[in-house]
Amino acid sequence: MEGIFTANNLWMLVATVLVFIMHLGFATLESGLTQSKNTVNILFKNATIVPLGLLTYCFWGFNIMYPGGDYAGGFFGFAGFGLSMPEGDAGLAGYADGAYTYWTDFIFQAMFAATAATIVSGAVAERVKLHSFLIFTFIYVGFCYPIVGMWKWGGGFLNTMETPFYDFAGSTLVHSVGGWAALVGVMLLGARLGKYVDGKIRPIPGHSMPLATVGVFLLWFGWYGFNGGSVLSADPGLVSLVFVTTSLAAAAGAIGALITALIVVRSNDLSMVLNGILGGLVGITAGADQMSPTDAIIIGLIAGAFVVLAVVFFDRMKLDDPVGAISVHLVCGIWGTLAVGLFGALAGFPQFISQLIGVAVIGVFCFVFALLLFYILKVTLGIRVSAEEEIEGLDIGEHKMRAYPDMVEERTNEKVFS
Amino acid sequence: MKKVEAIIRTSKFEEVVNALAAAGVTFLSFYDVKGHGLEKEYRTYRGTTYDVGYIPRTKLEIIVSDDFAPKTIDTILKIANTGKVGDGKIFVTDLSEVYRIRTGEQGHDAIN
Repeated sequence: MEGIFTANNLWMLVATVLVFIMHLGFATLESGLTQSKNTVNILFKNATIVPLGLLTYCFWGFNIMYPGGDYAGGFFGFAGFGLSMPEGDAGLAGYADGAYTYWTDFIFQAMFAATAATIVSGAVAERVKLHSFLIFTFIYVGFCYPIVGMWKWGGGFLNTMETPFYDFAGSTLVHSVGGWAALVGVMLLGARLGKYVDGKIRPIPGHSMPLATVGVFLLWFGWYGFNGGSVLSADPGLVSLVFVTTSLAAAAGAIGALITALIVVRSNDLSMVLNGILGGLVGITAGADQMSPTDAIIIGLIAGAFVVLAVVFFDRMKLDDPVGAISVHLVCGIWGTLAVGLFGALAGFPQFISQLIGVAVIGVFCFVFALLLFYILKVTLGIRVSAEEEIEGLDIGEHKMRAYPDMVEERTNEKVFS
Repeated sequence: MKKVEAIIRTSKFEEVVNALAAAGVTFLSFYDVKGHGLEKEYRTYRGTTYDVGYIPRTKLEIIVSDDFAPKTIDTILKIANTGKVGDGKIFVTDLSEVYRIRTGEQGHDAIN
């Protein structure tokens, strides 16, 4: 028993560091898909979101998300500020039936918490005011994320429905939560200058496809911890199944995006394939432990197709999302959550309805929460930098720094002739 | 003495320079330029095809004596030609003075 407890706990800690490296993945992906004049800014955001997420989760987030059995079936609970290790064996082998310790539980969940806010950072990139964004993140990841997480993972009302809502590793609880905030942010901010000229889309290419590729592979790498750790023990059968479904969905997502991009937009677009991989990963996250390999491939293929269609759709709707965060995390998050009712071991009509309820309830809450928060920031501090600052770049405007100070500055995005 | 300036396709650069060297051109500068002309360059990014607004080319600047100019121009015309829109242009101007910095030689002596 001692040996199994150690093995379980060790796997959960390995999964924790895998989730940790996803933050580097987000940072590189987002900087790659944006212009070099905004690189310091996007890295600054990524470097502060993770600390903000960890600290708020330590102070109160963990105790809002997991308030304990007294709040079963509820909407909100709170178990007090700070962390307190249960005494003796109750915090160790006795904590979660010998699956992990109290400390492991906290740190694994804390790594998840920051992810939701990191998703927003890419979507609002290249025009959002730094301090407004940081305040948004602080409040969103400090309150919205753990409140919603409690509804399912903390034993709240979505978990005690007749057919409980199911979200294995957070297609909705993490990715859609971030995705809804990204959508609201993009709506309230408006498009980047120069993205729409005379009603036509004029793309603003990211400055480094190699960085974007590194980011996506780091995210894929980390996802083995994100999904594999969500088994919440080192159960050999389940963890290995989750590794298989996660890999296959990511692979199918890439191929789904490749084929869709070829048919719909007739190009071999690397950024779409990269988004397709992430779409497949987000899609499988809700049911990674419930799917057969075939189910995982179908979910991934459809997610990859959705990503491409969604990127094109949002672009036409004038919702300017430089990195495709809304398409990847919101669209595929919803798809993956609903897919639990359509494919795999839980598939069935009652389950599908429960999934719909979960998606809708969480969607409305997050949308309204983010809308209020962004709106208050908009009418007080302001959320968008000045036009001059945006053209000059947020690196100089917000940080007085360049990411690549010794490289010749080029403004390839400015159309000189038309 | 003539200054021969040629805007050519960057993909033709090595071929042209090698041919010029074979023809006896010993003094040559070049740089990357951006401009716009009859040709348009299109890119595709995230589902949208767009005109980048400029085309990248390489510009050669060659200083030759009067009697050597036709050979230089012919070489560029022949080698840099692909027959498609966007092959570039050649401009020829007269130079009144040329100096070799090391020796102070002037005019024709400064070139050869």
